[in-house]
Amino acid sequence: MKILSRFLFAVTTFIMLCTVASAEDRLKMSTTTSTQDSGLLKVLLPPFENKANCKVDVVAVGTGQALKLGEAGDVDVVFVHARKLEDKFVADGFGVNRKDVMYNDFVVIGPKGDPAGIAKAKTAAEALKLIAAKQSSFISRGDKSGTHTKEQELWKSAGIEPKGSWYVEAGQGMGPVITMATERQAYTLADRGTYNAYKGQKTDLAILFQGEKGLFNPYGIIAVNPKKFPHVKHDLAMKLIDFVTGAEGQKIIADYKAHGEPVFFIYKK
Amino acid sequence: MEFLAETFRTAIALILSLDGEVVTAVATSISVALWSILFATLAGVPAGVAVGITEFPGKRLVITILNTLMALPTVVVGLAVYGIISRQGPLGELGILFTPKAMIIGQTVLAIPIVANFTLSTVKGADPRIIPTALTLGAGPFQSVLQLAKELRFGIMAAVIAGFGRVIAEVGVAMMLGGNIRGYTRTMTTAIAMETGKGEFALGLALGIILMAVALLVNLFLNILQQR
Repeated sequence: MKILSRFLFAVTTFIMLCTVASAEDRLKMSTTTSTQDSGLLKVLLPPFENKANCKVDVVAVGTGQALKLGEAGDVDVVFVHARKLEDKFVADGFGVNRKDVMYNDFVVIGPKGDPAGIAKAKTAAEALKLIAAKQSSFISRGDKSGTHTKEQELWKSAGIEPKGSWYVEAGQGMGPVITMATERQAYTLADRGTYNAYKGQKTDLAILFQGEKGLFNPYGIIAVNPKKFPHVKHDLAMKLIDFVTGAEGQKIIADYKAHGEPVFFIYKK
Repeated sequence: MEFLAETFRTAIALILSLDGEVVTAVATSISVALWSILFATLAGVPAGVAVGITEFPGKRLVITILNTLMALPTVVVGLAVYGIISRQGPLGELGILFTPKAMIIGQTVLAIPIVANFTLSTVKGADPRIIPTALTLGAGPFQSVLQLAKELRFGIMAAVIAGFGRVIAEVGVAMMLGGNIRGYTRTMTTAIAMETGKGEFALGLALGIILMAVALLVNLFLNILQQR
C-alpha cells in the first residue's frame, strides 16, 4: 500500500511539474477559426517552431475577437481575414507591418436539394434574397468573425435585415456552424477552406453558390504594435510573419490540401 | 445505433493507440486540476475550520455566502479572472492570460468554496469535545486545531475530492482563461467541446471515457486510503 501511495505521489508530482515548467519562448497568436479548423496551422507552424526554437500558442476565435485580443495586447500577432477591420486595426495604431498571406473565397452551402433554388442566382445578394423569401433555415456565425462580417455585408447589399425563426445566430466558429447547418439541413456562408476540410465525412451539404467577385476572402497577418505594448514579442512575431509570407511558408500553404483539393491560394509574386 | 457503435469502437482504438494529442490533453487536465486543488485546499480547509470552530456575529451570513459561492457559474469566474489578468486589467503585467497559470487561478477560485463548505460541514458534525480535551491535555491552540483536523481527515478528504471533481469536469474557466491552445492549455473538457463542434465525435467520446476513468481512479484510490 505504501509503495502504491508513493508511486502515485511521484506520478502526480511529475504530471504537475510538466505543465508549469516550460522554458521555451512562446509566441501568442490569435487567429480565425478557419485557419485552425481547416487544418492548415498544423502543417504551417511546426517547421517555424523548429526553426525559431519556440512554441506558437494559437488562440482560435472569430476575426473580431482576434483583433480585440490584439487591441488589448493579450497576443503578439494576429492572423485574420476582414480587410476593412484589419486596416482600421493598423490605422488605430494597434498593429504594424500588415502583410497579405493568402486568399480563398466564400461559398454559400446548403442541402443538396436546394429548397430555395439559389443555384440559379446571379449574385450572392440575390442568393440570400431567395433564402429569405423562402424562409429556408440559415445559420449565421453571429460571432463578429470575418465570415460573419462578410455575411452582414451581403445581407446589406441584398437590402434585407434577416430576422425570424429561420435565421439562426449560432455564436460559434466555422467548424461548429457547418456541423450545425448539416444537422439542421440549413444554408450557411462558409469559407471554402473549412468547407473543403469538412466535405464528405462530416457534412453532406453542397456548394450552391460560388464564384462571385464579392466573395473574395483575403487573409492578412499583423504584428501587434510594440510601441503601444512594450511587452509583446515583436522580434519573434516578425520572424513568424517573414516565415509565412516567405518562400517556405508560402509553399506549405500552396501545397496544403484537404480531401485532395487546395484550401488556400497564395498571391503570385 | 450503427453510428454510435462505430464511434465507440474508434474511440477505444484512439485511447489504446495513446494518441499524442489525447495524452497531452489528459496530462494538462490532471495537472491543472491538481495544482488548483492544492491551492484551494490550502485556502479552503483553514477557512472552513475557522468558520466551523469559532462563533462570531454574522456567521450565518458567511455560511450562506459560502453556499452561494458553491454554485458559482464557471463562466462568471472565467469572466472575472479574465478582466483581472488581461493586459488591460490590474494584473495584466504578469502576462498570464492563455497560460496554464491562468486556468489554475480560475479553477482555484472555483474550488475554494466547495472545499471550505465541505470542511465546514465535517467540523460542525465533529465531536465538540475534541478541542477542549486537547487543550486540557496541555496542547496549544494550534496543536488542538491540528488534532481536530486529524480526527476529521476523511471529511476533509471528501472536501478535496468534491473540489477536484468540480475542477476537472469544468469547461468554462479552462476555455476562457486557457484559450484551448493545442498542446499547451487544451484540456479534456475543452477538447471535447471543440471536437464535437468539429464533428469529431470519436475523439470527443474517447476523451469523455478517459475523463470518467480518471474520476473513477481518483475515487478508488481515496476509497482504499479510507479503508486503511
